Amino acid sequence: MTLISTIAADRPLLHVDNLTKSYGGRVGCADVGFDLWPGEVLGIVGESGSGKSTLLSCLAGHMAPDQGTVVFETASGPRDVLSLSEPERRRLARTDWAYVHQNPRDGLRMGVSAGGNVGERLMAVGARHYGQIREKASDWLGRVEIDTGRIDDRPSAFSGGMQQRLQIARNLVTGPRLVFMDEPTGGLDVSVQARLLDLLRGLVRQMGLSVIIVTHDLAVVRLLADRLMVMKSGRVVEQGLTDQVLDDPQHAYTQLLVSSVLQV
Amino acid sequence: MTDQAYNFAYLDEQTKRMIRRALLKAVAIPGYQVPFASREMPMPYGWGTGGVQVTAACLTPDDVLKVIDQGADDTTNAVSIRKFFQRTAGVEVTQSTALASVIQTRHRIPETALSAGQILVYQVPIPEPLRFLEPRETETRKMHELEEYGLMHVKLYEDIARHGQIATSYAYPVKVEGRYVMDPSPIPKFDNPKLSGSAALQLFGAGREQRIYALPPFTDVVSLDFDDHPFTPTKANHDCDLCGASASYLDEVIIDDQGSRMFVCSDTDFCETRREMGHVGRLGTPSNKGAQA
Ligand SMILES: Nc1ncnc2c1ncn2[C@@H]1O[C@H](COP(=O)(O)OP(=O)(O)OP(=O)(O)O)[C@@H](O)[C@H]1O
Ligand SMILES: [Mg+2]
Ligand SMILES: [Zn+2]
Repeated sequence: MTLISTIAADRPLLHVDNLTKSYGGRVGCADVGFDLWPGEVLGIVGESGSGKSTLLSCLAGHMAPDQGTVVFETASGPRDVLSLSEPERRRLARTDWAYVHQNPRDGLRMGVSAGGNVGERLMAVGARHYGQIREKASDWLGRVEIDTGRIDDRPSAFSGGMQQRLQIARNLVTGPRLVFMDEPTGGLDVSVQARLLDLLRGLVRQMGLSVIIVTHDLAVVRLLADRLMVMKSGRVVEQGLTDQVLDDPQHAYTQLLVSSVLQV
Repeated sequence: MTDQAYNFAYLDEQTKRMIRRALLKAVAIPGYQVPFASREMPMPYGWGTGGVQVTAACLTPDDVLKVIDQGADDTTNAVSIRKFFQRTAGVEVTQSTALASVIQTRHRIPETALSAGQILVYQVPIPEPLRFLEPRETETRKMHELEEYGLMHVKLYEDIARHGQIATSYAYPVKVEGRYVMDPSPIPKFDNPKLSGSAALQLFGAGREQRIYALPPFTDVVSLDFDDHPFTPTKANHDCDLCGASASYLDEVIIDDQGSRMFVCSDTDFCETRREMGHVGRLGTPSNKGAQA
């Protein structure tokens, strides 16, 4: 027992190898490999069309890659994510995993109140006490700085920034072990972005979240990511500790990115 | 008189066989929605063409048919469907729940307990209980397959958040034998307990949506709820003004220009049978038949 748990602690939360996905003849992502360790935040940056969303979709099981391996360390040991049955994968998606979409409309139920949106994941895993569900939803609205008096309002009555914070609350309420985020600050005003980033950083630290975050924005990764992966034309051109990559980029493309010559 | 221009019970034998196959599958998997190729019937969809097709596939010449709409045998809808089967199948008809072998219903379960050998056929407008929050058919089918029913409770959560209690009073969702979540058709939730453990065979037909589902006799049916907001089968807090029944589902009726109201059993056969037995409510008069008997 002791031996097994020691080994488990020594394994990455997510191990990715040779992940490749093309759309007909066009490369989506190619030969991507990395390890994500528990409590780590991995940033994925690259210009538009470099394959960030494709990679994230393949990792989260929204899309089937053409080849490659994705191994997730579940509570009961490592599992090859790509060979999971659909029921198993969907169960994982509503328990251990969370996915924050760029557009909050894709990640929220717009016809359901804020409290119902946050409570859905709790009910999906069997919560059957209304008072407790509501209390937890209310607590989470507070944690993402939404006035708890808005608990019965629908997200359509919320600003873009509030909707995104609600989507985050809805995802984090069950304490997921791995969070995927695709451009969570995209499409928001600069000041709203800053507040959201601040909030995310606080939550990541408090909860010790393991996160894979895709973004155009180097400021986002500088603030949030422990490690960084730079993609170009579907391939990883450079990866390492965030500060190292940003302060001393090795690949010519990363150097362009960092010097902001490229409009990303 | 049977109208010889039609096959027995209107539908051709091949169609009835197709419907019976769907019914058998539905009985084998209680609460599961079985697709079937719904046929055009000589009446509009809102008139319960799904129920009519199921009834047509079940009827035999020996059957005794009762048709009710909101508990009453004498509404236009109930009368037309009853006439339709009298004409196309020549079966005997009745208003008595106890005497009927097949009962087609819209929006009610009879008050009189059903017995073994009886078939209750429900007319269903919307068979999919998850439709309210998830309009995609592919997704709702997947949710049934994988027993992902959290969304059903989101609906009840929204009810309580908005109204302080579970305000859903018709088509109240149920779980069948611990497996499939099912829409019991728009019966009042007062009727939900009668779905469970019934000695009769219960069949559900949705014509426009082309779905059939079933509860075989003695199926366990549980109404969904929260631990702290348990399911309660409510009715108007009155006795029937005609027959004095205290535990039957009541309709509220305005009886004069001053807006005076009375409460009467929605199940007309139940009410009349009670009056014939001598029961009298607040505004009732002893039944003639009762007096003669
Ligand atoms: N559904 C699709 N069908 C065909 N090609 C696609 C599809 N989705 C993406 N691609 C292509 O795959 C490549 C990678 O796209 P992807 O969306 O992963 O990039 P991205 O890095 O997320 O871009 P952005 O920053 O604009 O979101 C691009 O060449 C894109 O045109
Ligand atoms: Mg993208
Ligand atoms: Zn009565």
